[in-house]
Amino acid sequence: MTITIETVQHIAHLAKLQLSDTEMSRLADEMEKIVGFADKLGELDIEGVKPTTHAVAVHNVLRDDELKPSYDRGKILQNAPERDAACFLVPKVVE
Amino acid sequence: MDEFKTVIGLEVHAELDTKSKIYCGCTTEFGGEENTHVCPICSGMPGVLPMLNRKVVEYCVRAGLALNCAINPYSRQDRKHYFYPDLPKAFQTSQFDQPLCLKGYVDIVADGQPKRIGITRIHIEEDAGKLIHEVGQTRVDYNRCGVPLIEIVTEPDFENSAQVHAFLEALREILLYTEVSNCKMEEGSLRCDVNLSIHRVGEPFGTRTEMKNLNSFSAAVAAVQYEAQRQRRVLSAGGKITQDTLRWDDAAGNNYVMRSKEDADEYFYFPEPDIMPMVLSDGYIDRIRQTLPELPAHRRERYVSQMGLPLYDAQLLTVSKFISDFFDQTVAAGAQPKSVSNFIMGDIMRLLNERGWAAEKLPISAQSMAELLSLIEKGAISNSMGSKVIEIMFDEAKSPTDIVQERGMAQVSDAGAIREMCRQVIAENPKIVDDYKGGKVKAITALVGQVMKMSRGKANPSMVNQLLEELLN
Amino acid sequence: MSQHRTAGEDLALLTAHEASRCLAEGKVSSVQLTQRMLDRISQSQNNVFITVNLKALEEAAAADARRAKGEVRGPLDGIPMALKDNISTQGLRTTCASRMLADFVPPYSATVARRLSDAGCVLLGKLNMDEFAMGSTSENSYFGAVKNPKDPQRVAGGSSGGSAAAVAENLAYFTLGSDTGGSVRQPAAMCGVMGMKPTYGRISRYGVVAFASSLDQIGPITKDAEDCALVLAAIAGKDPYDGSSLANPLPDYLAALEGGAKGLRIGIPKEYMGEGISPEVRAAVEAMAKTLEDQGAVVESCSLPRTEYALSAYYVISSAEACSNLGRYDGVKYGYRTKEYKNLAEMIEKTRSEGFGDEVKRRILLGTYTLSAGYFDAYYKRAQQARTLIMEDFRKVFHQYDVLLTPTSPVTAWPLGQKHANPLELYAMDVCTVSVNVAGLPACSVPCGLDSQGLPIGAQFIANTLGEAVLLRAAAAAEKGGSV
Ligand SMILES: [Mg+2]
Ligand SMILES: [Zn+2]
Repeated sequence: MTITIETVQHIAHLAKLQLSDTEMSRLADEMEKIVGFADKLGELDIEGVKPTTHAVAVHNVLRDDELKPSYDRGKILQNAPERDAACFLVPKVVE
Repeated sequence: MDEFKTVIGLEVHAELDTKSKIYCGCTTEFGGEENTHVCPICSGMPGVLPMLNRKVVEYCVRAGLALNCAINPYSRQDRKHYFYPDLPKAFQTSQFDQPLCLKGYVDIVADGQPKRIGITRIHIEEDAGKLIHEVGQTRVDYNRCGVPLIEIVTEPDFENSAQVHAFLEALREILLYTEVSNCKMEEGSLRCDVNLSIHRVGEPFGTRTEMKNLNSFSAAVAAVQYEAQRQRRVLSAGGKITQDTLRWDDAAGNNYVMRSKEDADEYFYFPEPDIMPMVLSDGYIDRIRQTLPELPAHRRERYVSQMGLPLYDAQLLTVSKFISDFFDQTVAAGAQPKSVSNFIMGDIMRLLNERGWAAEKLPISAQSMAELLSLIEKGAISNSMGSKVIEIMFDEAKSPTDIVQERGMAQVSDAGAIREMCRQVIAENPKIVDDYKGGKVKAITALVGQVMKMSRGKANPSMVNQLLEELLN
Repeated sequence: MSQHRTAGEDLALLTAHEASRCLAEGKVSSVQLTQRMLDRISQSQNNVFITVNLKALEEAAAADARRAKGEVRGPLDGIPMALKDNISTQGLRTTCASRMLADFVPPYSATVARRLSDAGCVLLGKLNMDEFAMGSTSENSYFGAVKNPKDPQRVAGGSSGGSAAAVAENLAYFTLGSDTGGSVRQPAAMCGVMGMKPTYGRISRYGVVAFASSLDQIGPITKDAEDCALVLAAIAGKDPYDGSSLANPLPDYLAALEGGAKGLRIGIPKEYMGEGISPEVRAAVEAMAKTLEDQGAVVESCSLPRTEYALSAYYVISSAEACSNLGRYDGVKYGYRTKEYKNLAEMIEKTRSEGFGDEVKRRILLGTYTLSAGYFDAYYKRAQQARTLIMEDFRKVFHQYDVLLTPTSPVTAWPLGQKHANPLELYAMDVCTVSVNVAGLPACSVPCGLDSQGLPIGAQFIANTLGEAVLLRAAAAAEKGGSV
């Protein structure tokens, strides 16, 4: 599988990463190698094999519908890069 | 003749009526100051893990059973990824290929025609936060993040807005009766997205648009009509429909493009590793099935065909599950269905309204209601006295028998006493008596009224009528 | 078991259980132990700690006060320890060695942090690591590379390099690391200490900043097996905040240490001893096998035929989950936000580009690629099917063996900077450790002598699900053999 600079560009856009041109071409190279290595999985005969989505065979792990106190708002907001007294602030979202 | 056919499918999001959020113990209560119903889990802090609320699974299964769905014996949650500031984890925990409920239906009647609407699936997911747009900035409030939702996806079975409206009404009723959602539209507890396409009869389906932000039934109806018209205009003019996501502007009564297909999201769904799969046994599903109430459509059918009520009564009685239950219990306690229905639709609704009370606050038990109706039937009190007793029962926790006794409200059925009052009224109203004797038979009602007044409502009205006639003829 | 040393010697050299005994006998106070550690930390040149806990002495004084009142909480009460910096600590910054979280102060603590605190442990601080635990050298840190205390020119291994180095340099009596593909075991091997990755689900992940959710597991890094047993007993078990944590009761880990090698059935999977394993490492592991055999163990060669696919499966699964888990770092709620931006989209993109280092970006891109339209079945789903097959291989051999013995790392610690430019070569170094994460099994690395350059070699024991006790038995037996 060849990974072109355009592919990296597209993937970077989806992943919300901004890459410089040099980063882009280096990453195209690296990703091609890494993806090639992931392609090894293609050799496996997986016909009829169930995927393991969870590493432990446990199910129905549920909690009761009970209230727990929420956190003090100050604690929730304390790490925000930008905030006012009640909310996180972001640049104007255009809908 | 219309050459176009409209094809509509709905995605309805209903908020589940749990106390706590889907993955944490924060309250689901509506409102509250911004970011006060929030903890590290629902604000997506680094390292937190979700812990699924048992009630959310149960409520979804309840809704699924009520909507005639098959319950998936194995289901799990998946992550649906997109970047938006109202989604703190950058993914919504939802369900993708293994939802809890599959393949159901709802029967509706629209424009007098019965119609079956297929349900494709119902799954559980979390709500996102709220963005408050201001000049130059947007404020982010996570109170709603993690409020549990079910998403009900229908088949593209609708042809017009009347069917959409009838379906939404039916759905709302079912969700209310099963008590999985309070369906408060004004709090956004029930919202829907509309997928709509049109095509010429005999041709394949057209390109569909997806319309979001429909927060009321009237908005859904208006939006469906508007969008069908719009697509018709475009196609009739030889144009093409593009696969856009539209946003309905209810105030303006039109829609606009939110995003076009080119920047359609890729959601990168994959199984949520932090939530263990759900394996639901037949026993579990049966236990839930047994707790399902009789649904409103079935109750109406029963009221009309078995109890002989007019459809109008049946519809009014089933507007609220509480009232419908109250009706059934009163009838079960021995009362005549039509009398119960009359009192509910009359006095009880009026009194609840006057006090601004929800039906659930009705302070009268089915037993006392039946007792009251039996007092009337036995002739112990009159119908109109019955209304007064109900009013007193709204304020005082006493049995109707006690109220009637304490206040001396019992009907007077003593023929001698009533005859005496009738004589007196005849003597005092020669003009009316003349009218009556002159052929105006209806004039007797005025005399009955006078006697009732004199007895302060306690005289047995049919005896009054009978004795007046006797004395006058 | 080694002879118990006492407070007469350098306090720093004691194991946790020895220090515990000194505390119990009143020969030393927690404040003294803590002060000794803090002194050493301040003198260390190896970039092991990212943050030192300014309240450590206060916590130690509280432990001493409890002891004075006869309210000792258990064997770890008053023992100074440190945590990898991806374990959330309320009020103490938790950076994941990333610019993205360089100033992040969690308002809550991870379950493991709380359990250790409840056990009376003194938190010395937070340990350096590869950014977001991605790497195997601890060079990918916003705060600079960790140096190996055995040779400061060399890497400490990773991603829990700081956690292993801290124990090796006697800067803490024990530490916790996290292990997604070998990140506890491999640095332990390279620094010459013991590290265990328990069964997936044995220890709560709540509050551990997620890298790859279906692979991550917390593990202790200690000076010996007895310390490992003590720490495991303190932190393992069901957590109502982690749905993947297992409810199975905890066995008596300390008792397991006494089991001895006699009768222990040990398999050596041939796929772990072949090409790519340095001859010195192979020889050391074989020598350990021989010692155990001499003690009465049964050692045989066995096979895990799908081993060669584990590395690919691991990189696909871990990168996909990482790209999902790292989406939340967008400059909105916490952490770094770029300084200049025109709009929301640019704010998010620049924040992520400036906040994440190269390796993290590489994994995010790989994960995004494998999950993107059309590739899911070929990569993520296929990797999970491979996972099923790899688990099957293990299940089969565990019918015959109590534990498997392999090298932990194919080579000993290499010079800083050497493999940094070649990600693929570096990924290949994880070949001995990743299968265990893919299969969710417990494994530990124990010191296995030195190579000709005097660098530590690690041997890995692997057990079946929830086999931590037999790992401890094997590890204790190996220690005993080594000290002969
Ligand atoms: Mg949805
Ligand atoms: Zn919460």
